[in-house]
Amino acid sequence: MSDTDNAIVVKDLFKSFKLPHEQSAGIKSLIVNFLKHKKGYETQHVLDNISFEIKKGEFFGIVGRNGSGKSTLLKLLAGIYVPDSGLIQVNGSLTPFIELGVGFNPELTGRENVFLNGALLGFSQEEMHDMYGDIVAFAELKKFMDQKLKNYSSGMQVRLAFSIAIRAKSDILILDEVLAVGDQAFQKKCYEYFDSLKDEHKTVILVTHDMSAVRRFCDRALLIESGKIMYRGAPSEIALDYQELFSAQPAQPVKGAKKITRWGTGDLVETKTEVSVTTNEIIISTTHLAHKDLTNPIIGFTLLTDDDVNVLEANTLTTDKKLGNVHKGDKINITWKLDNLLKSGNYRMTVGSCNRSLTNFYDWNDDAARIRVVKTVETNGIVIPTVKAEVTNG
Amino acid sequence: MKLSNIFNRRNRILLRELVITDFKLRYQGSILGYVWSLLKPLMLFTIMYIVFVQFLRFGEGIEHFAVSLLLGLVLWTFFTEATNQGMQAIVGRGDLIRKINFPKYIIVISATISALINLFFNLIVVFVFMVFDGVNFGWSVLYFPLTILVIYAFSLGLAFLLSAAYVKYRDLSHLWEVFLQGLFYATPIIYPLQMIIGFGSQLPAQIIMLSPVAVLFQNARAQIVGHENIVTADQLFSNPTFIVIPYLIILLVIIWGFVYFKKNQSKFAEMI
Repeated sequence: MSDTDNAIVVKDLFKSFKLPHEQSAGIKSLIVNFLKHKKGYETQHVLDNISFEIKKGEFFGIVGRNGSGKSTLLKLLAGIYVPDSGLIQVNGSLTPFIELGVGFNPELTGRENVFLNGALLGFSQEEMHDMYGDIVAFAELKKFMDQKLKNYSSGMQVRLAFSIAIRAKSDILILDEVLAVGDQAFQKKCYEYFDSLKDEHKTVILVTHDMSAVRRFCDRALLIESGKIMYRGAPSEIALDYQELFSAQPAQPVKGAKKITRWGTGDLVETKTEVSVTTNEIIISTTHLAHKDLTNPIIGFTLLTDDDVNVLEANTLTTDKKLGNVHKGDKINITWKLDNLLKSGNYRMTVGSCNRSLTNFYDWNDDAARIRVVKTVETNGIVIPTVKAEVTNG
Repeated sequence: MKLSNIFNRRNRILLRELVITDFKLRYQGSILGYVWSLLKPLMLFTIMYIVFVQFLRFGEGIEHFAVSLLLGLVLWTFFTEATNQGMQAIVGRGDLIRKINFPKYIIVISATISALINLFFNLIVVFVFMVFDGVNFGWSVLYFPLTILVIYAFSLGLAFLLSAAYVKYRDLSHLWEVFLQGLFYATPIIYPLQMIIGFGSQLPAQIIMLSPVAVLFQNARAQIVGHENIVTADQLFSNPTFIVIPYLIILLVIIWGFVYFKKNQSKFAEMI
């Protein structure tokens, strides 16, 4: 691939900050530290060997938790920070700001702020005069333009800032957390703007916590965690990885009150569970070991969503597969096949076994496997069955 | 920082808007607004005039000393404004520097330009005052703009140096305040240099005239009210080396300021 296909190339990027030990930066601490031979600061590595490229015309998402290094990365891209080492190559003009409403001053009127903000984007007074009407109309703030900005609500400020920002004529746009504020109407406007950017094949870097926006608009995305790229790839995958960051560390149970995830008499235990997922099918293979002679035991599983909603259950009884007499030391292997009707998301699987009358549990593994499902269709329902509609008139 | 880019289109737009914003914010909420920047030096002058000229009889027998005093105060106001506002400029605009990439020197220049505009209007007042005082303009008045330019360049150099250092060392604002206070008395503003010489020895006057500020102020006054009323460096020193020293200091400060600022500016965003 030639370089000209890439809008942004980042290679082996490192960035660290020196955090002073004492809040008071000044001559006193300078002298004290000099006398004590102390460095007076701690080095914090914020970005640790980051490499990626963004192609021209690509809608690129960057996600990650607060403090993961996203903003630092953006500031490096925008040229606000200088990297410790590594390469940042930008082909084309780039919006120099990473936040809406940069330079907004609460003591100035809305009108004055528009001109100031516009100047920061590189627009002359004449150009701003020409655009002024459109900006105000788009922000729906005509009545408020001669009021001081400090009297605006935060939503109004964002609307005004957004209306100016979308006038920026750069090849590459950086949009950081624009969706974080504003009401539904504002979000709708944002989405329409994103769509228009996609139509124009603009290169866009979108940083957001809104995974539905990532899924909907981004062509590719990457997930940053603790200054490193954790995952990169399809937005729907990244969105799940991102959500997993939070579910992977659930609120820790109180010490001593640890949740029991495995219980039962141990007469017939699950030893291995493997799952393979395709867009159409889920194939689960479970292996069990008998520690006793048993007659017609039942083995089954359940699938649960991240929020512990039971999606489906199945066992050898419902599937009408009798296991017959099982002897001590026997190994039982079961392959379960089912249509993949699940929506995108992370699922947990429990596997268990019990006696034929479902009264005595031999084994219950609450967390036998984790399943990830990636679908292109977005839905609020849990399942995506094929739905056929027939319309008859009259 | 390519020289050709210093005042390209975008930077000109930005500079203009920052100066206008500064201007609007400074006089916001005050009834007299901009008039204050004219009134302040005049009020200061009135006090100084009453205390030092009327009561303490400073500058007695020197023609147009009142004009000299006013001009000195106006120039001093500019010098303190330009260096103080310049020093605070980078830190004060931290919100911008952290969030948008643009040439940082624009901020320092815009801060000093606000002071320069004030100086311009104050000088008009001085000229009106001169006419009433019956000062005869000589040819040397043509050099006056050049002197102002050197004073501005010196202040700008200092502003660059101070603003970059202030990001790291916040004690500087206090230090500079005290330093300015000292410099005010070390500069012949409220007293004429003739008074110092009149005490018997030339040495104190010679030491005073090694300071760039003193030399520039005396030159500016001499160009306005005439060399016969003002002692300039060439009248004090026979050795030309001592005449050159203040100008070397000016040049050194300007170069140091630019270099130090340029070296540190890439780290401003993370240090503020």
